[in-house]
Amino acid sequence: MPVPQAKLDALAARIAGLDFARGGWLGAARAEALARLGAMGLPTKRDEYWRYTDPADLTAPQAPRAATFAAEDEPPVFDGIDRLRVVFVDGVFDPALSDDLTLAGIEIELLSKAGQTDIHWAREVYGLLEARGQTPVQRPLAALNTAFATEGILIRATGGAAKPVSLIYLHKSENSDVILHHCIRIESGAELTVLENGPAAARFTKVMEVDIASGGRFHHIRAQGRDHERRAATHVFARLGAESLFKSFTLTANGALTRNEVVIDLLGDDGVAHIAGAAVGDGAFHHDDTVFITHAGLRCESRQVFKKVLKNGAVGVFQGKILVKPGAQKTDGYQISQSLLLDGDSQFLAKPELEIYADDVKCSHGSTSGAIDEVALFYLRARGVPEAAAKSLLVLAFLAETIAEIEDAAIAGDIRLHLQNWLERHGR
Amino acid sequence: MLEISNLHVKLEAEDKPILKGVGLRIAAGTVHAIMGPNGSGKSTLSYVLAGRDGYAVTHGTATLDGEDLLTMEPEERAAAGLFLAFQYPVEIPGVGNMTFLRTAVNAQRKARGEAELSAGDFLKVVREKARALKIDAEMLKRPVNVGFSGGEKKRNEILQMAMLEPKMCILDETDSGLDVDAMKLVSDGVNALRDAGRAFLVITHYQRLLDHIHPDVVHIMADGRIVKTGGPELALEVEQNGYAGILAEAQ
Ligand SMILES: Nc1ncnc2c1ncn2[C@@H]1O[C@H](COP(=O)(O)OP(=O)(O)OP(=O)(O)O)[C@@H](O)[C@H]1O
Ligand SMILES: [Mg+2]
Repeated sequence: MPVPQAKLDALAARIAGLDFARGGWLGAARAEALARLGAMGLPTKRDEYWRYTDPADLTAPQAPRAATFAAEDEPPVFDGIDRLRVVFVDGVFDPALSDDLTLAGIEIELLSKAGQTDIHWAREVYGLLEARGQTPVQRPLAALNTAFATEGILIRATGGAAKPVSLIYLHKSENSDVILHHCIRIESGAELTVLENGPAAARFTKVMEVDIASGGRFHHIRAQGRDHERRAATHVFARLGAESLFKSFTLTANGALTRNEVVIDLLGDDGVAHIAGAAVGDGAFHHDDTVFITHAGLRCESRQVFKKVLKNGAVGVFQGKILVKPGAQKTDGYQISQSLLLDGDSQFLAKPELEIYADDVKCSHGSTSGAIDEVALFYLRARGVPEAAAKSLLVLAFLAETIAEIEDAAIAGDIRLHLQNWLERHGR
Repeated sequence: MLEISNLHVKLEAEDKPILKGVGLRIAAGTVHAIMGPNGSGKSTLSYVLAGRDGYAVTHGTATLDGEDLLTMEPEERAAAGLFLAFQYPVEIPGVGNMTFLRTAVNAQRKARGEAELSAGDFLKVVREKARALKIDAEMLKRPVNVGFSGGEKKRNEILQMAMLEPKMCILDETDSGLDVDAMKLVSDGVNALRDAGRAFLVITHYQRLLDHIHPDVVHIMADGRIVKTGGPELALEVEQNGYAGILAEAQ
């Protein structure tokens, strides 16, 4: 089917001002991505995959202006965690604010440097996982990212990383339009935790490709927010080898528009992938979690836990699919998406899907949308807990299942504290 | 301590009158019992006093030590010293029993201008009181009332009461669902709290509980009113003859 002209025109307008860096292996990967992108054009809200989220602000030639926001009333998330800091200011690596890029157990470099090296492990990852993730559903914003990313971090874990690598995104310019692309390779038996936080830009387009060899373990904890006007389209593409583990948790607080896509490929046998998201929105907030999990290996386990707390007209979207390929026997797939609507103005749209081509599998999905439990609220108040605090307690209880997916107790505690603070600020 | 005068209450949603002129005076240091047929309005009275939504007070007053209860938020009534042990304790998935107890104790202390209990002090007190009620540590870790048996839920209500040390305790059928030994534990828990500064209103269907918690005054409620008030012998009469005679007499 030919690509509609409007989509191609939109693409031409979007990339007109972007630099396309040629040369080397990275140039070749970019060129392939550009060809993929040309065959798709940019998404519109008429596309089935964008039915609940209008991509206009994500595809517009210019990023909509977004006021910068510094949360002075609380320390940034992960502040108390011992970690290797890698700071990007409006998408530009800032060596002064960052730690030295050396850490026992990993190799770490900037994309802008590695692209000039002839032989590099990232050649086997950059754009490849994204390209695999283009079928059966097209993800043009991810291809655009691969073609035009200006910077990113490349991490290869060869053993147990001595501490988490923390990617910190600062937003200083009201018009910044940032495209970052990270590649992560977890070698056999290695283990790494990556943290992400910060507002990043007025518009943030990000891809993270994660290639996990057999027995590798990868943990990802991300906090998006609390900047109110941010737009973000993020993609995580992960490929899991045998007996490997992938765990990703995202906290999203505020943000005008966020689309988080996660594409997981359980390729080897006995792999485990858990993806969790807690989103809290008050007012102008549109948050979309779109997940696609492919079970190809035997006896793999996948778990999706997404919860949203919405008020004052906030909108939450969940599109989650589990695809079980022929032969992927003993698959264990679980998916839950729930929303807590704190008033009648807010909205939750969910599209859970299962597509199964193997007979010996266990898959379940559920989606619910409800209000706060008035009986429980009264019980708490009757014991002396003030209304706002009682509501916070119930909201935290609702979100607890997502936070339980974070293995590190200190990191989980930090996330819980930030959620609590958010709820306190938005309680009245 | 608790004074209720000519209290009329209807259901907000259905415009249906439930309480039709309830009057009660409960002095500090005393134990009152309310008995009465199913549906006579006993739980409604306890909910209205605790401040639950959905009821409209159309007439009458209720005060705790002279303070108007009916204009207070539920949490303010609790901080003022009112406690209701629920007929049907509520399950709260995701909120640990311990967190719940500590949040409640500290919220009330804060409302009264007292310092919060340290985590260590709190733990010590909870463990001790839980042991007396034979509530094991495992139950304290679980979410509030989730997966608790009927009797465990009731014991958990008494644990909350023991922790919060309220001055006016209302127990709504705390005895139902309790085995003989648990009945003894719960009664001991209540009796341990009895003192000159505290009062109890015990709603029950059975004399059994009153064998352990000796009431000073017994009331019979029927169709939204207190139709008879007497001493402990009134409960025995109900136990032996049912309500028919009392109700006929009240007509
Ligand atoms: N929320 C409600 N909706 C409809 N009817 C109600 C509601 N609450 C109470 N009622 C009615 O009010 C009346 C009194 O109920 P209440 O629960 O106070 O009785 P009770 O004396 O506690 O009875 P029991 O001994 O069975 O516990 C009953 O007829 C009951 O059906
Ligand atoms: Mg009742």
